[in-house]
Amino acid sequence: MCLAIPGRIESIIGKEPMTRKGRVNFGGIVKEVFLAYVPEAGIGDYVIVHVGFAISKIDEKEAQRTLKYLDQLEEPDDEIPG
Amino acid sequence: MTSNTKSGKDTIEGLQCPIPLQDYPRVLLAHGGGGRLMRQLIEKMFLAAFDNPTLKLMNDAAVLKMDSSSLAMTTDSYVVQPLFFPGGDIGSLAVFGTVNDLAMCGAEPLYLSAGFILEEGLPMETLWRVVQSMRTAAQRTGVQIVAGDTKVIDTGTGDGLYINTTGVGTVKSGINIGPAQVRQGDVVLVNGDIGRHGIAIMAVREGLEFETTLESDCAPLAEVVKELVDSGVELHCLRDLTRGGLAAGLIEIAHSAGVHIHISEKYISVQEDVRGACEILGLDPLYVANEGRFVVILPEKDSDKAKAIIEKHFPAFPARIIGKVEKEAQPVVTLENFLGSRRVLDLPSGEQLPRIC
Amino acid sequence: MKYLDEFRDAGAARYWAEAIKRTVTRPWTVMEVCGGQTHAIVKHGLDQLLPDEVTLVHGPGCPVCVTPVELIDHAIAISLQPETILCSFGDMMRVPGSERDLLSAKAEGGDVRLVYSPMDALDLAKAHPDREVVFFAVGFETTAPANAMAVYQARQQEVRNFSLLVSHVRVPPAIESILSSPQNQVQGFLLAGHVCTIMGWEEYEPLIEKYRIPLVVTGFEPVDILQGVCMCVEQLEQGRAEVANQYTRAVNREGNRHAQELIQQVFEITPRLWRGMGTITESGLGLTPAFRDFDAAQRFPVEKGPTRNSPDCISGDILLGLKKPHECPSFGTSCTPDQPLGAPMVSSEGACAAYYRYRNNGKVYDLKH
Repeated sequence: MCLAIPGRIESIIGKEPMTRKGRVNFGGIVKEVFLAYVPEAGIGDYVIVHVGFAISKIDEKEAQRTLKYLDQLEEPDDEIPG
Repeated sequence: MTSNTKSGKDTIEGLQCPIPLQDYPRVLLAHGGGGRLMRQLIEKMFLAAFDNPTLKLMNDAAVLKMDSSSLAMTTDSYVVQPLFFPGGDIGSLAVFGTVNDLAMCGAEPLYLSAGFILEEGLPMETLWRVVQSMRTAAQRTGVQIVAGDTKVIDTGTGDGLYINTTGVGTVKSGINIGPAQVRQGDVVLVNGDIGRHGIAIMAVREGLEFETTLESDCAPLAEVVKELVDSGVELHCLRDLTRGGLAAGLIEIAHSAGVHIHISEKYISVQEDVRGACEILGLDPLYVANEGRFVVILPEKDSDKAKAIIEKHFPAFPARIIGKVEKEAQPVVTLENFLGSRRVLDLPSGEQLPRIC
Repeated sequence: MKYLDEFRDAGAARYWAEAIKRTVTRPWTVMEVCGGQTHAIVKHGLDQLLPDEVTLVHGPGCPVCVTPVELIDHAIAISLQPETILCSFGDMMRVPGSERDLLSAKAEGGDVRLVYSPMDALDLAKAHPDREVVFFAVGFETTAPANAMAVYQARQQEVRNFSLLVSHVRVPPAIESILSSPQNQVQGFLLAGHVCTIMGWEEYEPLIEKYRIPLVVTGFEPVDILQGVCMCVEQLEQGRAEVANQYTRAVNREGNRHAQELIQQVFEITPRLWRGMGTITESGLGLTPAFRDFDAAQRFPVEKGPTRNSPDCISGDILLGLKKPHECPSFGTSCTPDQPLGAPMVSSEGACAAYYRYRNNGKVYDLKH
């Protein structure tokens, strides 16, 4: 359920917490997205967007950690099929 | 993208909208009523724009001279919304779309008819922009618009403007291009990135709007096909990719030819912004519409030569071999994804709808 | 695209597939609850990368699939009233009601509009003050904040011609319903990452105590899903039962407090009927008394005709993970995406449609070379 895609906040429209919006970039296209649920998010942050609402600010460190964990475990000549 | 098809805002040199705007700023039912107003519209707008001797005769039918025993003929109707979109408009689409269909049979497109269904109240200026765009597109592809028809329907019963174009062209003897010619081992070439037209239209559609610099890939294909034909490469099958996208085009060929076509995701180019739009709307770019993309199915030996010709006409994107006709005689298209696993591509039930889940 | 491409990396995906193979010693059945994960699994062929010991079954996590026929009929009836505009996400358009779907209602003259966001429906209401605009508010917890905001703003801005036809469902009671079934075969769950983005995972902790089963909050990209499966299998092999979080870049234990606050203002927990699964207590959301004026079910009561679910559709068993789509006698024969008997064959997240689409109507070609 719930298609939600990460995008980068390019600019912010409005200050009122409940109606604050961001112009969010998804691979080059930009859509206006409601930011009411991510008051901590600012320009340059990546947010996960579902039906026009940012529902979470992506934690950059955690994202890197998920991938780093992988680097540590992956042995250089780990056999990869195919 | 060429600027002469862009939105049709620019006026053709020396041609101004000929219907006195102060008199008839909008299309009236009378413009399709067979009387003086209709005659004025035909003479001052259509004849002026599509200017050619055959049309000028104003006969009930165009009598055409052709020096070929094989004639190709096709028809298509255009109902696109909105009428003007980034990279094109309904007018250029109506010319290129039909010309491209002719080209896919290896035909040299020569003549078009144009049937207009106008909604009462359509701004005359809008019609004029569309007609100008058709004129430019026809000139660019070397076809003449030699017959036409105009009907006006009541306000509220149409989307402003529909166009039907029928095209005829000649096919040189010895040319036989079509699914029946597809052979095992043939390669599948595409002339660029996919999905741009469908996303460019969606970007300006009510309710889904997003900002983008994306333009439709809307383009004529007759010239590149002519050069391919003239170069002597052994063309087995050509297909322009329109509604239903790359997937539907290949599935149709696989079914008519009774062959298994296998393609690889990693060779298919999708522009980053098209991908972005597909991600947020939940669409698969393989099924998104194109208007200037086509596949060439031909023997591998000729593929380099064909690629070079295609790249000359479409320099912005490398022409790529995206797949191959496999051994099995099952009418199916398979896709190898980035993980190396294969899946079957199936025809969608209808137009892909944006989804949230 | 950042945060997507890294998690679709072939090397990383194969790494996790290998890690699962190294970890597993005996058979396990794991359910992904979320239809988005089902879609990704089948589309990317992730199940084909798994060792034979690991069986993935597909849960009831497609909001479209579990929306009861009664509500679809209600939406269709509303759309056919002369002064209404019925707005819906694209997903709902082709889901069969008793007699027809919303697209057919549109063809019959109903004003049915596809929107991307409930806020677009609210804008439509503002633009057409002479019409009644009804938004068909389906979804799990992920979609609840958006739908809550639309109705909250409607009240703030006094947009009286806007209302919601609510069919909101909650994940934890559905999981509990599966676990408490005597036929249950599921030994571990991948929790829906985006639901947990909103709700966190505190509310799942009682399930661990009660059923001793591993729950792994999991994202939606191939690497996420394979890593989630690996984390679940590790727990199963070691006899542990905890809530673990694979989707750390988006989810924490508390969830999104701001979103939860508005959900609580606008919605209250209610029993809800799930298509194919029956009524589950506390499994739905309905409008609170303060927002009941915006309830389309009240505003547009329709006479309830007899509803018809196809007797040949086994979607209940599919949603509970008891059967796989191709085990249904109707699959690919009398039930196809063009002529669906039940919702799982329609929605792109529905297990049946996913199998049909990506497995060519169940005919398994030998695709290996």
